[in-house]
Amino acid sequence: MLGRTANGLYWMFRYIERAENIARLLDAGLRMSLTHSSGEQGDWEGVLQSAGMHTAYSESYDDVTSVDAVDFMLRGKNNPSSIMHCIDSARSNGRMVRTALTRECWEATNEFWIDMKQLLARRVRQQDLPAVIGSIKQRAGLVRGAFHGTTLRNDGYNFARMGTFIERADNTARILDVKYYVLLPSLSHIGSSLDNVQWESILRSVSAYRAFGWAYDGEITPAHIADFLILNSQMPRSLAYCYEKMCSNLGYLAKQYGQTIKAHDTAAATLKSLQKGSIEEIMDQGLHEFIEEFIHHNNKLGLEISEGYRFY
Amino acid sequence: MAFDEMLNAGSAPREPYKNYYEWYSAQEPGSLMVKSRDAENIFRKTGITFAVYGHEDSSEKLIPFDLIPRIIAANEWRKLAQGIEQRVMALNAFLDDIYHKQEIIKAGRLPRELIERNDAFLPEMIGMRPPGGVYTHIVGTDIVRTGEDQFYVLEDNARTPSGVSYMLENRETMMQMFPDLFQRNRVRPVEDYPALLRQSLESLAPPGCDGRPRVAVLTPGIYNSAFYEHAFLADQMGVELVEGSDLRVIDGKVCMRTTLGYKTIDVLYRRVDDDFLDPLTFRPDSALGIPGIMDVYRAGNITIANAPGTGIADDKAIYSYMPEIVEFYTGRKALLENVPTWRCSEPDSLKYVLEHLEELVVKEVHGSGGYGMLVGPTATKKERSDFAAKLAAKPNNYIAQPTLSLSTVPILVKNGIAPRHVDLRPFVLVSKNIQIIPGGLTRVALKEGSLVVNSSQGGGTKDTWVLED
Repeated sequence: MLGRTANGLYWMFRYIERAENIARLLDAGLRMSLTHSSGEQGDWEGVLQSAGMHTAYSESYDDVTSVDAVDFMLRGKNNPSSIMHCIDSARSNGRMVRTALTRECWEATNEFWIDMKQLLARRVRQQDLPAVIGSIKQRAGLVRGAFHGTTLRNDGYNFARMGTFIERADNTARILDVKYYVLLPSLSHIGSSLDNVQWESILRSVSAYRAFGWAYDGEITPAHIADFLILNSQMPRSLAYCYEKMCSNLGYLAKQYGQTIKAHDTAAATLKSLQKGSIEEIMDQGLHEFIEEFIHHNNKLGLEISEGYRFY
Repeated sequence: MAFDEMLNAGSAPREPYKNYYEWYSAQEPGSLMVKSRDAENIFRKTGITFAVYGHEDSSEKLIPFDLIPRIIAANEWRKLAQGIEQRVMALNAFLDDIYHKQEIIKAGRLPRELIERNDAFLPEMIGMRPPGGVYTHIVGTDIVRTGEDQFYVLEDNARTPSGVSYMLENRETMMQMFPDLFQRNRVRPVEDYPALLRQSLESLAPPGCDGRPRVAVLTPGIYNSAFYEHAFLADQMGVELVEGSDLRVIDGKVCMRTTLGYKTIDVLYRRVDDDFLDPLTFRPDSALGIPGIMDVYRAGNITIANAPGTGIADDKAIYSYMPEIVEFYTGRKALLENVPTWRCSEPDSLKYVLEHLEELVVKEVHGSGGYGMLVGPTATKKERSDFAAKLAAKPNNYIAQPTLSLSTVPILVKNGIAPRHVDLRPFVLVSKNIQIIPGGLTRVALKEGSLVVNSSQGGGTKDTWVLED
């Protein structure tokens, strides 16, 4: 397949994933501001940081208010990661690689865009926000479902999946990077539970509040939360899960193409570090450093994929 | 009164429409309007759009689709097809002559300056014979009708005729929405066009190509007005859709960058204009083309469809000589008539045109898409006088034609149906033989009385049926 087509598929699904992740963060932020007494504005600053938009936001606004933060995340003009911008980019990439998409998948993407152009044409009123967020998650799910149910399992499929997982891993790692201090043993009093608001916010932003309860039998400790997001390969947004998937996608490409590239080694090394270690070891050696290193390697992997498969 | 193709003067349906009209008359009033909205949703959902240049915020538009088919009887089509075939043969012979011996000029049938001072004439093509001797692999011949037996060729699109995706999608949509209509009427199929196109292109691969020829469609990219069509055709043919940035000349071959390295392309169906094709030969600022592709072409290592330099054959000044051209190369009178045309470069004609602006349609010689033309009868006085000034300043740039009373076919309107003017673009594939797809793109002016059918100017389209014998 054309390098440009592989690139388009990869980015189309990165952007779909990103749009969905931002919607999750918004959802968590909204929920927190409604249910907790953390001041009327909630923790929008933290939400913007987790979304990696804090710097861009402060270039456009002086204060963080819930109304502005929500609007900026949904459709901020100077925000390259706003949901509208992500959907726009996903669709542009989809149009570019139209011949590599099934009709169902393209239509789901196109309808997502048509819908959002309408819904996000102006500021979303607060009372409409839950419905809009729901719609974004639903539409993104539809794209994924149409893709999954109709796409030929060839190289293109694997490029698209790698886009999804590299973006998702980045997203989960970023949330951890912003919130890691909540999980540090020194800051949570020994024997006491974590700051409820904070851990709930983390779990909600990966849509796994309930799943966590099931996986750890309701035992909420910093180590469990870190383990859940980093090493638990049952958790579809954990770093380990993303890398298992990516390694299998890369493995497929190696088989089809009969050759490996640098990315194969990088991904395998990262997966190994996620499989062999225990969360205690990671926390002993420094959670923050671990995450920073992970993000660095994840970016490197992205570059190696785009070079090795001649995206440009 | 314009000739209506569905209803005759007594409001009875003409022969080819009888079956349809009976069906139409039995439909619930209003139900077709609902179907019409359904159709629009299908088009929007599928993203069947085109871009209108100069409208920034509404960069993607739908072409309005009208549900009432345009129906052509088998005997009418036979006549048209013969005329088109003759004309397309002549066009290829003309191109071959113009880039070789120029016998038509030597015979005094065509003024030399018309060719040599024409931007569409590419000196790079002199002495070059494309694989199979085919210049125009795909042609769209625009035809208008003014009466029961009166057809005219309005224009020959010999560079990169567009609209074939609408022909196919319109049919697809009609079959989805009205399966019963296709049981009642024996309509000739058009859906094998992509397969025929691929076959036709493959059959003209360079002689040195071994194995199955690799075909690709070259697009300027997603911002081009016809991008949807480029992607559609590549997809339907099952070939790669490439951009200039994907291609490079390596070891005398044009190659595309794949995830596994560079692979040779044998046949390039390009939807990029001549000017932009090769920055080393034509416009140096072109980012859409492939540096060096013309050298590969001249060395006979790639087929470019349509060949560079074919634009000379669909130039409107050349158009006025088409009756002579057809006769010169086929030895027979043209079966299809040209619209009478005044060449404003000739002083007598210019004088006549300036004196009769209110009756004439004046077009730019190199224009397309309905831009830069004057429709005398519907223009305001000021528009006419402004245009007269342009015309007098640069007469070589214009031709004029009488305002034809184009035939009408009804479209669906709020209170039923109403006649609107139409034209027809059948699509022709040229390889070792000439194949004319039975049907084509019917464009319809949606505004009452309007004669401008271009989609960029508010025209719509219809499904076009050619009936079986």
